[in-house]
This record gives sequence, structure tokens and C-alpha cells, in this order.
Amino acid sequence: MANQSNANTRLVNRLLLVVVAMFGFGFALVPLYDVFCDLTGLNGRSVQRVDALAQSLVDDSRVIKIEFVTFDKTGKQMTFRPQAQYLQVHPGEMKEVTFTINNPLSHLQIVQAIPSVSPGQASLYLNKAECFCFNQQSLEPERVSEFKLKFFIDKDLPKNIEVLTLAYTLYPIEQPVVAQVLRR
Amino acid sequence: MNTLTETASHDTEHHHGPAKGIKRWIFTTNHKDIGTLYLWFAFIMFLVGGAMAMVIRAELFQPGLQIVEPHFFNQMTTVHGLIMVFGAVMPAFTGMANWMIPMMIGAPDMALPRMNNLSFWILPFAFLILLASLFVEGGGPAFGWTFYAPLSTTYSGDSTALFVFAVHIMGISSIMGAINVIVTIWNMRAPGMTWMKMPLFVWTWFITAYLLIAVMPVLAGAVTMVLTDKYFGTSFFNAAGGGDPVMFQHIFWFFGHPEVYIMILPAFGIISTIVPTFSRKPLFGYPSMVYATASIAFLSFIVWAHHMFTTGMPVFAELFFMYCTMLISVPTGVKVFNWVATMWRGALSFEVPMLFSIAFIVLFTLGGFSGLMLAITPVDFQYHDTYFVVAHFHYVLVTGAIFSLIAATYYWLPKWTGVMYDIGLAKLHFWCSLISVNVLFFPMHFVGLAGMPRRIPDYSIQFANWNQLISLGGFAFGLSQLIFLALVIKACRKQGEPVPAKVWDGAHGLEWEVASPAPYHTFTTPPEIK
Repeated sequence: MANQSNANTRLVNRLLLVVVAMFGFGFALVPLYDVFCDLTGLNGRSVQRVDALAQSLVDDSRVIKIEFVTFDKTGKQMTFRPQAQYLQVHPGEMKEVTFTINNPLSHLQIVQAIPSVSPGQASLYLNKAECFCFNQQSLEPERVSEFKLKFFIDKDLPKNIEVLTLAYTLYPIEQPVVAQVLRR
Repeated sequence: MNTLTETASHDTEHHHGPAKGIKRWIFTTNHKDIGTLYLWFAFIMFLVGGAMAMVIRAELFQPGLQIVEPHFFNQMTTVHGLIMVFGAVMPAFTGMANWMIPMMIGAPDMALPRMNNLSFWILPFAFLILLASLFVEGGGPAFGWTFYAPLSTTYSGDSTALFVFAVHIMGISSIMGAINVIVTIWNMRAPGMTWMKMPLFVWTWFITAYLLIAVMPVLAGAVTMVLTDKYFGTSFFNAAGGGDPVMFQHIFWFFGHPEVYIMILPAFGIISTIVPTFSRKPLFGYPSMVYATASIAFLSFIVWAHHMFTTGMPVFAELFFMYCTMLISVPTGVKVFNWVATMWRGALSFEVPMLFSIAFIVLFTLGGFSGLMLAITPVDFQYHDTYFVVAHFHYVLVTGAIFSLIAATYYWLPKWTGVMYDIGLAKLHFWCSLISVNVLFFPMHFVGLAGMPRRIPDYSIQFANWNQLISLGGFAFGLSQLIFLALVIKACRKQGEPVPAKVWDGAHGLEWEVASPAPYHTFTTPPEIK
């Protein structure tokens, strides 16, 4: 009987180890997902940040249409607009676009714009030298704020991609519920 | 497989029988008592979840909103799903495992009897918490049983915390149950019960238990992330903070797809036990059944994204998940053909467990076919989130998992109670269930293909006739299960003819070597297996 219960304990311990490992694996999926998406450009989030001086040669033989799309998910009636609906650019050519956000509220708002590129594969070739989406932005009350995006498209962009869409979604940055409770 | 007659005399000398009164059930460590508790609990939850389905079907009887508010309707679809999956099907299979596995492998009890007691007794509390969440301010969980973010994070009520803790407790209970099954099968088989002599119900449960310990922790992780996203400011699924809501679906379905096999593999084991008995032939292709089960379990880990074809995956990934999903039909086909080959030229007789098993084989295969249709990526864009999906998973879960559980009950109930149940009532239950379940779920294919979305309390007027029929089928199926309840209560009160140890003349296995009703302690000395 002693042998039996020893064997049981050993097996239970091993199985518990599997359970703990799988619980950890569930959380490990989070960084794994990000790494996988960054390598493949899968969900269109992995926009390349480059030095402002990192210019490459301009490929005059191709013209790429880049469209700008904006969404306001703050729920605060902000007007979020690109200065141009689209641009025609040569790969390698540095371009600048201005975006405007109107904060109609009477107090300061903190927001974050999240980019997404489609087709997802193209996100690996969109290089940003300067972007308001790199940081959280504070919006002065009752004022229109201007934000800059400086980018160029890598000349290695696959030939089959002729149009790409850069979408920005504006999110409010709010204190989490628990922090609100603690502050009270 | 024969036991020595000596075991029979061991069984009759009760050195201590069950305690009296309620304490017997609270403190019990006996696998048969715990099995009974699990089965009754599952049946009560089946009726509770069924009552919610009746609310859903009553609302959908006519187009427009007439009986319940849309928010309450959403709570009903959510909690119906959660209760049926975690409260009815899974505990019922665990109950079957508790009752039958020790007897089938010649063990005196489960390997870890006290943990067994704990894993059952935390379960009622999990469901009390879940049901209580329906009564808190703002209502219960209303985001669907899949609790996709951001529905469950940004847009959910405060009952989400209760939901998360309820799922945690259910998960812990399932994991403990699974560990117990694995340890019992590894360490407690009677001498001579080699791996390839084990009954298929034991084999399928053994593999299911591994699936459980592999994926229930991932579910626990997913609900924990929902909890911290909602209350503690983390951003696992919040795009504003660098997270991604699509990642939730990946994590959820990494759990969710093996979960559907957790709910069907033990059913395969049950059908593989019953069909040979009433065909009076050994199971055709036993080793291939074992390997098919293992292959299905393995494949279940690499097909999860077929639930997410419309999330914008690259074509390569869609093709990969499509082909892997279709590959599952190979081992499943092996099983179906083996059951048919077992019946081929057998001396068939149609007792009630066999009737339910044959209905299982036909209707589960139908559910499998609609699954194959859903696996085809381009057409899934049309079927996604329509009633076609609802028809598919109810064919595999109701006429699959639930029918197998009913078949198992009709097969082993005489062994548990010692009396034959009312066969007339049982046949009535079978025919009522068979007809009504098809009236209930078959037209769902049509309205789904025509574009009726799931989880919406209202629908376009052209779906009205079919929905009326579906609802009538639903009410009939719900009422039919009360026949089953009455029948089981009658059998538990020992109203019926006493049965011999070997209830079915074509049956094989150690559980038929012990007396009927099965004594409180069986195989205190291991049987010898020839």
C-alpha cells in the first residue's frame, strides 16, 4: 500500500506541474503573439520606427497610394481628421501629413492613437520617422490640436502592393477602475 | 475477462456500509456516491440550462420583442451555454467516470478519494455564484459563453467578477477530477489489465483527462486576464494600451477547441461499449479506436483558429487551419465506420441504450458533416455566426454528447439501482426525444443558410415559420426530458423487476461481474483478468 501511495503522490506532482506549466503557457501566449505578429506583420500593428535621417534611395518607377483613415473611439465627440485623404508617394520618399483633433470638452483630455496598416504585410515596410502615435497626447480644452506624421515607404515593398491603408484609432486614456476607487 | 468467484463473497461482507442521512453525501469518499452526486448535479443543471433555452425559444417564437428584454435574452444565451457545457455535460461525464472506471479496471475506488469529494463539492458553489450573478445590479454575464473581449472587459457589468470566479472554481474542479482519473488508470488497474485490454470508455476518459489538464489552466488564464483588464488596468485585450482583442480569441479557442473534444471523446467510449453489447460481437477494430481517439486529441490542439476565419487572418493561416480541421474527419470517420462494422451481421437487438446509440451514430455524423462544411474557409464567411453554426454544435452536443449520456444511463442504471427501469417509459422518452430534437435543430440549418444571425432576440419576418416550428420542437424536447426524470426517480425508488449481475446478455466487462445493485465496495481484492 505504501508503494501505491508513493506512486500516486509522484504522479499527482507531475500532473500538477503540467497544470502550472499550462497556466503559465496561457500567459506566455501574450508575448508570443506579439513576437509572432511583429515578425510577420500579421495584424498590421508593427509599424517600423526609424531615425529621421535614415533615408533610402527613392524609387521613382513606382507610385504607391497611401490612404489615411481615422476613427474616434473616445466617445467624446472629438473630430479626428487627416489633412489629406490620401497621398501618392514614391517608395523611399519622405512625406509629412498633419492630423487634427478637435477637443470640444472644457477640460484637458489624454488620448492615444493606435495605428493599423492593411494589408498587414505592408506594415513591415511602412517606416515612421515621427508620429504622434508614439506617445500619449494631451489635448487642450476647446481647441483644435495639430499632430505630425513623417514617414516613408521602404523601397522593398512587395510589387503586388499598390495601395495601402493606414488607420488610426483614437482611444481615451483613463484611470483604471481600481485606481479611481483608491483615489476617492 | 473473468473474475474469481472469491470476489463476490468479498463484496457481500460489508465491514462498513454508507453512513446515514445527509452526512453520507457531504463527507463521502466512495466513488459510487460521488458518481451519483455528479450525475444528479449534472441533471439538475441540465434542467436549469434547459429552462433558459425555453426562455430563448419562447422569445424567438415570433419575430419582434415580446417576452424578455434584449439584455436579459443575452444573459439567457450566455448562461445557457455556460451551464450546459460546464454544469451539465462535463460533470455528467465525470460522474460516469467515477461510477464506472474503478469497476471497469477492477479497482476498489478512485486513487484520490478525498480530492474526489472536494472536486465535487466545490462545483455547486461555482454554479450558485454564476446563477447569483443574474440577480446583481446590471444583470448577469451577457457576452456569450465565449466572453469575447471587449464585450467582457469594456462593455460588461460588474457581474463579470462573479462570472470569472465561478469559471475559476469550475476549472479547479475539472482539473482535480482529471488528475484523479489519470492517477486511477495509471496506478490502480487490476493485475492483468494491460493497456490494450482496457475498456474503451476507460481509454477515452484517460485521453480526455489529459486534454483537461492541458487546457483548463489556459481558460483560467484567459478569465484572469479579463478580470485584470476590467478591474486592474492591464491591457491584455485593450488596443489603447498596446493589447489586442483578437488575441483573446486565440487564447480562448486554444482552450475552446480541445474543450469540444473533452465533451465528445467519453461519448465515443460509451458508444463503443454499448454497440458491441447489443450486436453480440466484439468491437470492430479496437486498436484503431484507441489510436483514432489519440489522433483526435492531438489534432484538437492545432485547429483552434477555424473559429476565427473572419478575423482577417492571412490566406496561408486560413488554409492551414482548414486542412487540419478537415483532417479530424479521418480518425472520426474511422470510429463511425468501426461502429457500423461492429453492427454489420451482428445479432442486433434494439434495447433502449442501443436505440440511443444508433441515434447517436446517425445524428452525430450529421453534426460532423455540417462541421466539415463550416471548416471550408470561403463558405464559413457565409455561415459564420448564423443559426447554421447553432445547428452544427447542437447536433454534436445534444444528439452527440447528451444522447450518449442518456444511452449510458439506460445501459448502467440497472447496475446502479438493481432494478430494471420502466422500458415502456424509456421507449416513449426515446421516440419523443428523437423526433422533437430533429424538429428543434434540423430547421436551424435552413434559417442559418438563409442568413439568420445567432444570439439576436429578433429576426427578419421571413424566418418566422421555421422559428415557430423550431420553438415547438424545443418545448417538446424540453418536456420529453421530464419523462426521463420520472423514469430515473422510479428506478432509484427500486420500482421494477430485480436484475441479475449481468444485466445484458451480450455485455462484457468487469462491471457485470459484481452483483446488481453494485455493492458499496467492489473489488477490495483485485479480480484476476484472463
